[in-house]
Amino acid sequence: MSWTGRSLRRFEDPALVRGLGRFVADVADNHTGARHAAFVRSPVPAGRIRSIEAPAGASVFTAASFSGIGTICARLDRPDFVPLETPVLASDAVRHQGEPVALVVAGSRAEAEDLAEQVIVDIEATRPVLDAAAATDPDAPAVHRGLDMPMGNNVVLDARFATDELEAAFEAADEIVEIEIRAHRQNALPIEARGAMAAHDPGTGRTTLTAANQMPHMLRTALADILNVPEAELRVVTPEVGGAFGQKMCVPREYVALVAAARLLNTTIAWIEDRSENLLASWHSRDHSYRLAGAFSRGGALLGLDADIVCNIGAYSNYPVTFGVEPLMALAELPGPYRLSQYRVRSRAVTTNLCPIAPYRGVSRPVLTLAMERLIDTAARRLGLDPVRVRRTNLVTEFPYSMPTGLPVDPGSYSETLETAVEAVDLEGFRRRQQQAAAQGRYLGIGFSVFGERTGYGTPAFAARAMEITPGYETVRLEMNPSGDVTARIGASPHGQGLATALSQLLADELGVEPRQVAVVHGDTDAAPYGWGTFASRSMVIAGGATKLAGQRLAARLKEIAAHHLEASPDDIRLEQGSATVAGTSIGMALPEIARLAHHSSHRLPGDMEPGLAVSATYDPAGTFSNACHAAVVEVDPDTGAVCLERFVVIADAGVEVNPMIVEGQIHGGVTQGIANALYEELVVDGDGNLLTASLMDFLPPTACEIPDIEVTHIQTVTDASITGAKGVGEGGAIGAPAAVLNAISDALAPLGIEVNEMPATPSRLRELIRQAVPASTAETAAAGG
Amino acid sequence: MNAERVELTLTVNGEPRAVAVEPRKTLADTLREDCGLTGTHLGCEHGVCGACTVLVDDEPVRSCLMFAVQCSGVEIRTVEGLADGDRLHPIQQAFWEHHGLQCGFCTPGFLMLATSVLEARPDIGDEELREVLASNLCRCTGYQNIITSVHAARDQMRP
Repeated sequence: MSWTGRSLRRFEDPALVRGLGRFVADVADNHTGARHAAFVRSPVPAGRIRSIEAPAGASVFTAASFSGIGTICARLDRPDFVPLETPVLASDAVRHQGEPVALVVAGSRAEAEDLAEQVIVDIEATRPVLDAAAATDPDAPAVHRGLDMPMGNNVVLDARFATDELEAAFEAADEIVEIEIRAHRQNALPIEARGAMAAHDPGTGRTTLTAANQMPHMLRTALADILNVPEAELRVVTPEVGGAFGQKMCVPREYVALVAAARLLNTTIAWIEDRSENLLASWHSRDHSYRLAGAFSRGGALLGLDADIVCNIGAYSNYPVTFGVEPLMALAELPGPYRLSQYRVRSRAVTTNLCPIAPYRGVSRPVLTLAMERLIDTAARRLGLDPVRVRRTNLVTEFPYSMPTGLPVDPGSYSETLETAVEAVDLEGFRRRQQQAAAQGRYLGIGFSVFGERTGYGTPAFAARAMEITPGYETVRLEMNPSGDVTARIGASPHGQGLATALSQLLADELGVEPRQVAVVHGDTDAAPYGWGTFASRSMVIAGGATKLAGQRLAARLKEIAAHHLEASPDDIRLEQGSATVAGTSIGMALPEIARLAHHSSHRLPGDMEPGLAVSATYDPAGTFSNACHAAVVEVDPDTGAVCLERFVVIADAGVEVNPMIVEGQIHGGVTQGIANALYEELVVDGDGNLLTASLMDFLPPTACEIPDIEVTHIQTVTDASITGAKGVGEGGAIGAPAAVLNAISDALAPLGIEVNEMPATPSRLRELIRQAVPASTAETAAAGG
Repeated sequence: MNAERVELTLTVNGEPRAVAVEPRKTLADTLREDCGLTGTHLGCEHGVCGACTVLVDDEPVRSCLMFAVQCSGVEIRTVEGLADGDRLHPIQQAFWEHHGLQCGFCTPGFLMLATSVLEARPDIGDEELREVLASNLCRCTGYQNIITSVHAARDQMRP
């Protein structure tokens, strides 16, 4: 029986449930003699540093201490891109609230924080620019003074794409539907904030950075480049990582400063971020505005799409994917799973005096899916059609399909997931219940969202974005040890996804061993092959693919050795239950016997076979699309603007599910973040650029009481775009949920003529819409009146 | 700055622990830094996320909001005290079997919260249990499998 497809309990868990997992703060607190750091941060979003005064005797680093150290800068090689350099510590200008200005090192975290409070930073505050639209005004202050901005004030990317016959499509349309979508600024909010410990060993001259991070090798390369030290002098270890969701993907200036200071002081320094720092200055996310115009036929067919997208990317770029990832992904993937031939889009990145943006679960796709799905529902309402019917009319059903931007879409189950969702929610029954509720003055609504989740894309996909640093492949080094167990070293860097368990299932199937006989080594640049880490729903597809390939190579070696000794053909050897046996016979060799022979009696190996049992494989696929349909059922309280989620249904197609329990967990978690993004979570900044939501009293992740049971049904479409058949599932929940929720709220409030196009749809926003829709009257009387 | 340290003895998981701490030091930091018990995690340090939940005289508390010097003469229980040697506590076993954790960072807090409520109220109903579990934040699981795990442990632990 195959191990793939079984909900095996995770090998990661026993240590974690015993409190024995080692997260970075645990490593630091168990490290005798570690010193601790605190950062002094800019209290203002824009200004010029006049002076920095440190308390006498304190160990304080400023930009001046780091002379000779480079800036953090990742580039796209395209003419519509203006690279932004991030200094490790602010030198003359500060460009966002919370920007690190100085680093203080002391014997304990408390002492470092005490000293940081005594550092006097004199800043001449200047007028900040906070809103992306306002920032492009020629009279707005330049966030990066002196930097040439040929595409407009503060415009750092201006990408365009157009097919030839968009205007004709709009002329032929029966209805042109225009909407504006706003996704406010959010924070990925891993429960473990960021943190790192840099330990310099003056004996070897090497520095080890233990860090909460998703891309250990990338971080090592960045550190080497920025600090101008050989990469071999650096080691990056990612121990247990307490959630990341993109926030721990990009290179933080704090980690660079920490390594620089540890090397200057010849010591070990830990920095554990606190929650307010995390909310203020880790990385922010989203903050997109979309203007869409859709050309529709009377029957609901989408004939053309015209889009203008603006991403507020904050003060600096992230590294390595750059701020370009947000607008360029939106440009490339906006049409989603809807057949479309005529498409025009302009997508800009604008720099402002806000915290920089990094990818967050789904990156642009939660917002672009929200935009398309709101467009479909708005069009349906305008045309007097059922939104499900408009989706049926437009969904891609023939594969492979090519998006207008040329992006290939492999086989998926877009229509099937929609039809299954319609059945699961009993749409007809719901409509009856909705009418009965309306008669009682209650506002029930249902919303659908159909989407593709582009996953597992390798080098070619990233190269299409013209990235100077082009991620993509993953490598797995696999070895059967003399004792017959197996060590797999992977470049991916899981942090809660249970990848070690799932990969061991794949290898168990290839090698005929038990999953528990496989140890997966990751998160240590000294021990794992160069790789790109875990992000973008890629690990099961790409690291899984490389694992399967490596497993096949090792299996071939084992079979060849067994065949040689059993005087059989390698084709007749089966690897099962820990042995290599000749098919149809009881003749065989135990795998430990072969392993011992390969390592310790290599003179008995066949022909010119090299000693040992180490193989390596790399996988670099073009990419695939998972897909799903989400359906949300809500009730909106018109008096308070509160939204109650009655049901949340997911029909998910992630291809082959290596460990269905893990897949389902990813969906639960993703949907929950999507619901949180849709309803609750917002970083609010006042007109002076002060963050008003710098604690969890104000930034509101949902609890168990806000999230309904998520009803998941699985469909598995076979694809040859992934050699394991797995399609990747990490982000889908977060991608689809906001659209389903906002469509449901809009459906509920349709009697009031309200379309909800802003996320999060907080009670105050909904109340404002209701007030505008029903002036000087209660919602109930308006509903009763028509 | 450095205040004078106070000597006190904490009782943690049934064992006496002599520590000398500044009066301002939280119970969480003391457990982690002075007792070597780093299973108690800090997620927000302002009493919202509940990752640092430990039991003080069997009641769940946010150890980031309590000072160590408040803890003389009380019984403190942390995640490290749940298992009996190699045998996992039913709540730990249930989280493992029902995928009640992903990254595992918030898990110790949830385990202690659930342990306290199930010990005090073995027959607690689903609705109320959900409300209790809403004391803590998890960012990975969407709570569903945490709730399933605690239901399973409730059935297991019922006398």
